[in-house]
Amino acid sequence: MSALAVVTTFLFTVLKYNMALLYGTVGEIVTEKSGSLNLGVEGTMAIGGIGGLLIGCAFDSIFVGIIAAFACAALCGLLFAFLTVTLQANQNVTGLTITTFGLGLYFFIGNGLKASGKWPDMLSLEGFKSGTEPIKIPLLSKIPVIGPAFFSHNILIYLGIIIAVVIWWYFKYTKPGLRIRAIGENPASADAVGVNITLYKYLHLMLGSGIMGIGGLLMAINLSGSFEGSKCWINGYGWISIALVIFANWNTVAAILGTFVFGLFNTLQVYGGSLSDAFPKALGWLSKIPPQFMQALPFVITAIVLVITSITNKKNNKPAAVGLNYYREER
Amino acid sequence: MKDQNNYAIELENITKTFGSVVANKNININVKQGEILALLGENGSGKTTLMNMLSGIYKPDSGVIKVNSKPVTIHSPEDSKKYGIGMVHQHFKLVEVFSAADNIWMGTEKTGFILKKDRYKKIAKISEKFGFEFNPQKLVSNMSVSEKQTLEILRVLYYGAKVIILDEPTAVLTVQEIRKLFDVLRKMKEDGHSIIIITHKLNEVMEISDRVTILRKGEYIDTVNTSETSEQELTDLMVGRKVNLNINRPATEFDKPLLEIRNLTVKNDEQANAIENVNFYIRGGEILGVAGIAGCGQKELCEAIAGLRKIENGQIIHKGENIVGLEPKTIIEKGISMSFIPEDRLGMGLAPSLSITDNMILKTYKENKKSPFVDRNKAKKKAEGIIKRLGIATPSADTPVRRLSGGNVQKVLVGREIDSGPNVIVTAYPVRGLDINSSYAIYDILNDQKKKGVGILFVGEDLDVMLALCDKIMVLCHGKLMGVVHAHKATKEELGLMMTGAKDISEVNGKVAGIAKDSAIQDIKEDCDAKH
Repeated sequence: MSALAVVTTFLFTVLKYNMALLYGTVGEIVTEKSGSLNLGVEGTMAIGGIGGLLIGCAFDSIFVGIIAAFACAALCGLLFAFLTVTLQANQNVTGLTITTFGLGLYFFIGNGLKASGKWPDMLSLEGFKSGTEPIKIPLLSKIPVIGPAFFSHNILIYLGIIIAVVIWWYFKYTKPGLRIRAIGENPASADAVGVNITLYKYLHLMLGSGIMGIGGLLMAINLSGSFEGSKCWINGYGWISIALVIFANWNTVAAILGTFVFGLFNTLQVYGGSLSDAFPKALGWLSKIPPQFMQALPFVITAIVLVITSITNKKNNKPAAVGLNYYREER
Repeated sequence: MKDQNNYAIELENITKTFGSVVANKNININVKQGEILALLGENGSGKTTLMNMLSGIYKPDSGVIKVNSKPVTIHSPEDSKKYGIGMVHQHFKLVEVFSAADNIWMGTEKTGFILKKDRYKKIAKISEKFGFEFNPQKLVSNMSVSEKQTLEILRVLYYGAKVIILDEPTAVLTVQEIRKLFDVLRKMKEDGHSIIIITHKLNEVMEISDRVTILRKGEYIDTVNTSETSEQELTDLMVGRKVNLNINRPATEFDKPLLEIRNLTVKNDEQANAIENVNFYIRGGEILGVAGIAGCGQKELCEAIAGLRKIENGQIIHKGENIVGLEPKTIIEKGISMSFIPEDRLGMGLAPSLSITDNMILKTYKENKKSPFVDRNKAKKKAEGIIKRLGIATPSADTPVRRLSGGNVQKVLVGREIDSGPNVIVTAYPVRGLDINSSYAIYDILNDQKKKGVGILFVGEDLDVMLALCDKIMVLCHGKLMGVVHAHKATKEELGLMMTGAKDISEVNGKVAGIAKDSAIQDIKEDCDAKH
């Protein structure tokens, strides 16, 4: 491979294999903006992934798959909303429960279907598979390096960026966005002016979880929809998403950048060797780093990011009422 | 004449209970169109609970609410808004990170899906119409308390409220700001709005209201015309028996300066200067009041003296010894006690879930150095002693503090601090939210200590109380000392001007306020002499 081709593949991979983080992050930002801390991202993504893949394969359509991923994950959001908004359960415990529940259900369904030989083969389903093929954006995809790296992806990659931008616009420029931000900052104030808090919270918790679910489907597709009995597709990305929310300072457009920066480091563990071969002078040191360190890198970076943001981000955009349940008659 | 009897709001036989506590029992209230009704009562008399049923926060257990003579049910703030009722809560219900306009906009109906820039213009226009000076784009976090209150009032007016409820609106305002607020209320009244104002300040009731309804312990007592009553009569109705309204200021022999503060600078949590270059001193046997608008460095000052906050610059001299940089424990051992009553009353000083006895142990567990165990019997005796001495209403010394009423919680805290036998007492808002009886009990406790020669720093809210209780009053404005005045010579207006920074007498004719003539700090004194 030429040096240029290595860079192209590297950047392409950064986007393809890390875009799921953006879904998780944007979904969690929507959740936190409405004043809830949902630690169930990992489980929600797993449910969205397996639900989207199975239903999408059954209908042999990627579009059905996306809607199903959204819907299945939104049901997790509904469960979270019911427990924390209606029953006033502790949000941290509920979130962890959803992660445990989601992963459990994922393995239960997956192992069951695999054992009975009914697990669908995504690659043999023409309709579904064609939906996951790269879409080349006219003109832009012709630019050298940048074209193949950024503008020749499958539909889910583009959708992630679009959702991130639309959500940013929704929060900043619409009245429902204003109201949900008010609920996240000070639910009593929104309540006092007559905003229906329960309805808004339910809808946005479901929206946030639904977005996470599409990310789960993307991770399934990246692994060609193959189910392994021991390892979940999501593989810790849900947890990293929660950290990225802080890194992105609760801004979904900044989350795009955060995802990319994080993806660069994350991809080094696969492409570190090729990069050091391609640029022996500048990046030769990459091959000397042990692979175990590279594997640990995403989590090390997560920890470093959390340390840095908590030191520097004294005045952050964290919604003031995150993690606190609201009960009108409390006294 | 017919209009005169048109009631905007009628409450009939309203009852509300929380568990076994009856907050409101068979209450009847009515408000005419275009009148100001004052709702008067001690703490815990159910004023706020009653009004929260009008604003849709609570639902009444029984009773009828009528708006314009038609019975209505109010299930939520949304319903309340629909019936033209707007409430300005005691703790403002504003989103700090939003602009003024967005705080109003988030509750509007039929203003479309997308936020447009012209909302600023629309709100500026309305505020002009009602005669407010107002910048709709200003963030709430940058607003003063008075501005926030204006925003709350403008907001309910914008939603078309005809009945406006104000819960203790004057508690956080200066004298000048209160005057401005009352002008606004009178103007609203002329426009035909009905206003219900909750307060326990009698002079304000007399000044602003047309009629007064008095509640006591959740029950309706009476409604009187303001023009036909007096402060004394209202107090008697409110408390249920004769109360002497005078606060004692016993004369004592002043000692040498016990505690001297020189050039003190302290930063707040946001790293801005909370206290800037402040000088003052307290003598034994005197009460020094600290006046200032809420959040002008009072908390930081108390924490600095108690050793809980880092001191950037300056000296704190206690009996001639600098205590800057000492551990809080060492400072307590030197006889300086601090009791700070925060807004939520339980947040500082006491552990709410622990019993009175255990809260005593928190301060004294180190006394028995030989044993690794705590001496529960001794603490219990101490707790029982304080309960008896201060008349704390509690089932036993083992009752968790959070089960006590606010006044009793405060008595426990003040009682514990005094029990340690301090020679300097720093007390912030000790009567915060207390009713008249409990407040006077606390004043008596402080006066007793004063007579024993203890120096007291009293951070207060109510200027009338401070003028009556304190010997001297120092005024802070944004962390700077505006001057120290003798309480018997000062007026409320003067203090108000100093609190807003309009009057600065911290340095008159080269004499710097807050430095004692017989200061223990010799070197600085020589410095001052050298200057003149």
